[in-house]
Amino acid sequence: MVSAVTVMLIGPYAGLDLRTLALIAILFVVAESISTAVLTGVKAGISPSSAVSLAAVVLVGPVGAAVVGFASCLSIRRQNLVKRVFNGAQFALAAYAAGHVYLLLGGTVGEPAREDFPAIVFPYVAAVLTHSLVNSVLIAVLMWTLGAVRSDGPRSRFHWRPLVAVELSSMGYQMLGLAIAAVWGGVGLVAPLLVLLPLFIARWTFAQQLNETRAHEATLATLCQAVETKDYYTRGHCMRVAEAAAMIARELGMPAERVQKIRYAGMLHDIGKLGVPTKVLQKTGRLTDEEYAAIKLHPTRGYEIVREISFLDEALAGIRHHHERLDGRGYPMGLVGMEIPESARVISVADVFDCLTSTRSYRQAWSVEDAIAELRACAGTQFDPRMVEALVRAVEREGWETPDIVEPPGGCYGSEAAEESAARAAASAEGAGEAELPAADGHAEQEPAASAEAVPGGRDR
Amino acid sequence: MMTQRQSDGSRAVGPALSGPEGGALSHQRPRGPLWRTSRPVRAVLVSSVGAVALAALVWTAATGFVEPYVALSFCLVIAAGELARITLPGHREAAPIASAGAISYAFLLTLGSGPLHHSAWQVVAVVALGVALGELPHIAVGRSPRVEDVARRVLVAALLAVAFRPMAEQWDLVGPSVTATLLMAALVLVTWALDALVAAVLRAERLRTRLGVAVRDELRAQFATGAAIGSSGVLIALACTVTGLAGLLVFTAPLLVSQVAFRRHAEVRRTYLETVRALSRVTEVGGYVENGHSRRVSHLAHGIACELGLAEAELLELEYAALMHDIGQLSLREPIAGGATVLASPREQRRIAELGSAIIRETGVLDNVAEMVRRQCEPLAGDGDEGVPPLGSRIIKVANAFDDLVGENGDEERRAAVLGRLRMDTDSEYDPRVVDALATVLSRL
Repeated sequence: MVSAVTVMLIGPYAGLDLRTLALIAILFVVAESISTAVLTGVKAGISPSSAVSLAAVVLVGPVGAAVVGFASCLSIRRQNLVKRVFNGAQFALAAYAAGHVYLLLGGTVGEPAREDFPAIVFPYVAAVLTHSLVNSVLIAVLMWTLGAVRSDGPRSRFHWRPLVAVELSSMGYQMLGLAIAAVWGGVGLVAPLLVLLPLFIARWTFAQQLNETRAHEATLATLCQAVETKDYYTRGHCMRVAEAAAMIARELGMPAERVQKIRYAGMLHDIGKLGVPTKVLQKTGRLTDEEYAAIKLHPTRGYEIVREISFLDEALAGIRHHHERLDGRGYPMGLVGMEIPESARVISVADVFDCLTSTRSYRQAWSVEDAIAELRACAGTQFDPRMVEALVRAVEREGWETPDIVEPPGGCYGSEAAEESAARAAASAEGAGEAELPAADGHAEQEPAASAEAVPGGRDR
Repeated sequence: MMTQRQSDGSRAVGPALSGPEGGALSHQRPRGPLWRTSRPVRAVLVSSVGAVALAALVWTAATGFVEPYVALSFCLVIAAGELARITLPGHREAAPIASAGAISYAFLLTLGSGPLHHSAWQVVAVVALGVALGELPHIAVGRSPRVEDVARRVLVAALLAVAFRPMAEQWDLVGPSVTATLLMAALVLVTWALDALVAAVLRAERLRTRLGVAVRDELRAQFATGAAIGSSGVLIALACTVTGLAGLLVFTAPLLVSQVAFRRHAEVRRTYLETVRALSRVTEVGGYVENGHSRRVSHLAHGIACELGLAEAELLELEYAALMHDIGQLSLREPIAGGATVLASPREQRRIAELGSAIIRETGVLDNVAEMVRRQCEPLAGDGDEGVPPLGSRIIKVANAFDDLVGENGDEERRAAVLGRLRMDTDSEYDPRVVDALATVLSRL
């Protein structure tokens, strides 16, 4: 902060027009105030008003730009004094540095004329780069001194992509500073208004869009949960599968948009269960062939319901094929190996993982370690090993919240279901998955398993 | 692309699926000869704008283009903007960059070296040519534009050019000045209002709603885009005097940002509606209600609401509520017979409505929708001390009862009988205004 003030005291003062300076400073303060008022809820990102501070570099030189930058602490917003002054000083220093680079590379201070035009672009771009650089460095220093950046733990992997996106977009805004400067001579104050208006509208629309996205997500989640109320034990299943599927997709390095699609598909993967009669879903004894056939229909049913949600596109296939197996014994189409769409392979692993680690009417929840061992055992036959390993890595790093053990109001344990689950536990202990996976040894077709979802992959929801 | 996909979708499942956003696409294209169109305003607008554009083209071609390079550059920018047109919520087509390019060409006074002399005719010709060029690829792949929106875009440029070019000559405006800027801003504002009015007339004609409501909807819907387009248009015209033609590219950048934002916003809105539409079918798949029931109710409710003059935002909420009005049945252990809630006992109906409303309220963002769903089965006077249920609830009640009683393939006679039955109950159960509106909607089918 002190340095900001000293910077404003030492020169150079050449070409400093006080009237222009005052106008720009006022403009900057107004733009900042508007942007904080309008854009609440938009996190990160530099507001379009930074274009004004770069225009100041051209119009009133480094010192003027520093004054303009410092004026930002006068803007109307909820912020304490220290933070305001720091922000002002940060803007001032960045603008001052940018101004000097601009001068050094041959830029002239003042309203650019027609004949300046191609030549002025190079020093201006350099100024923009300097501005971003100084700004980032100052923020980094602040974060470091506040200890906000933790360097411990595997969680703090450096996410450079969003940061670069923010920097690029803010540089795009700042390039427009040149536009403001260019028309300043002709029409004065109107120029920045004309430049900033579409930008503010764009930001406002983005904010609206964020709200709508949130609303969309909330609605989707609520409706999925409403569907789940049919079965006491599967509460929260869709949200957890969505989470696990997203973890796998992220771990595989998929782009954010695709991760989101797979998340939604994970949320919706069992929506077709609604078409299956409740008594079949909740049946604890052996299923008849017809009942099993009814269950096998649910991925297709689900696909039919959500088919019209066009943005899901390839993730739709994930809903349709989440019960396919690599060895081709899955349903509904019996696809083999890499014929199964990638999203389906992701969701299938996530689905079974959550199924194993949560309590069902016929058995207790497995521990995460046991579930992982089981998934690994079935990798290659039922699951894509890549997906399994991705899930393991993601769970190791981020942990996994198993659902609270739910006791249904009626109390379903202890009766015949308990016997069965005991038998099952014994079988799985000796058979390492074979008993749990009747389909793996080929007799599932003749003898459907005990319950709709006793089996990882083969029959689970 | 989006337009096409949606229209395909709604056509595949039948004409009964239009709503405020996906709305009316199946009725949109004229069938039969032009003079028998059900939408005369649209036909008049399109043909007159087409005629003017053609006349301008012929005239300009005959007299020769003044400053052909400038004309060509603007023509190309307009074509590119038209190529990148977007569909905004409510099926409004817009091409912000093309529009801004057209506005700035109408306003262009000089490129720094001497004044420009293109006439208003030439402006219309260049804009029409650019729009046609930009639409060609779309048409080639089968994504025809909405002709009336294209016509409106050309109309705006034509109005501005006709108003501004003579004025500029008369008052000797040659460079950027405060007078010129103010004049441009005022003209843009007036033209924007006129354009919104035209759009509102078209909308009222398409949805059969009231003009006043449509005007308010259009003004609100086009405020953001209009402001962005108008300010960019003026800015480009002014800036090109300093920077030359390079300014045309540089100064479309802020608008490009806005366009991306508009597009993504429209996508989210569309996705939201698609999701609710798709998920409203879970009750059908679960065997709780008859196939297509939610959509038919939503379609009817939309028609009734347009007839009663609901605003766009209310229409959207009503559509959500109508689509999800039976969602409470999901909480029932077993489906009620036939799924027709109108035949269930009042207590049962009340419980379903309340369960559904609770589910919707859970989202935290659709409180009005939840309220409509909660009170959908109350009698006309409401029950308890809450007073009359909201209009949306009354509409859903009528639409739901009608569809439950008529069923999927009701013929003319059955519809009339059901309508008569609903009419008999208008003193206690159903809102007479809503039933009348339903009759009007049905008479058009």
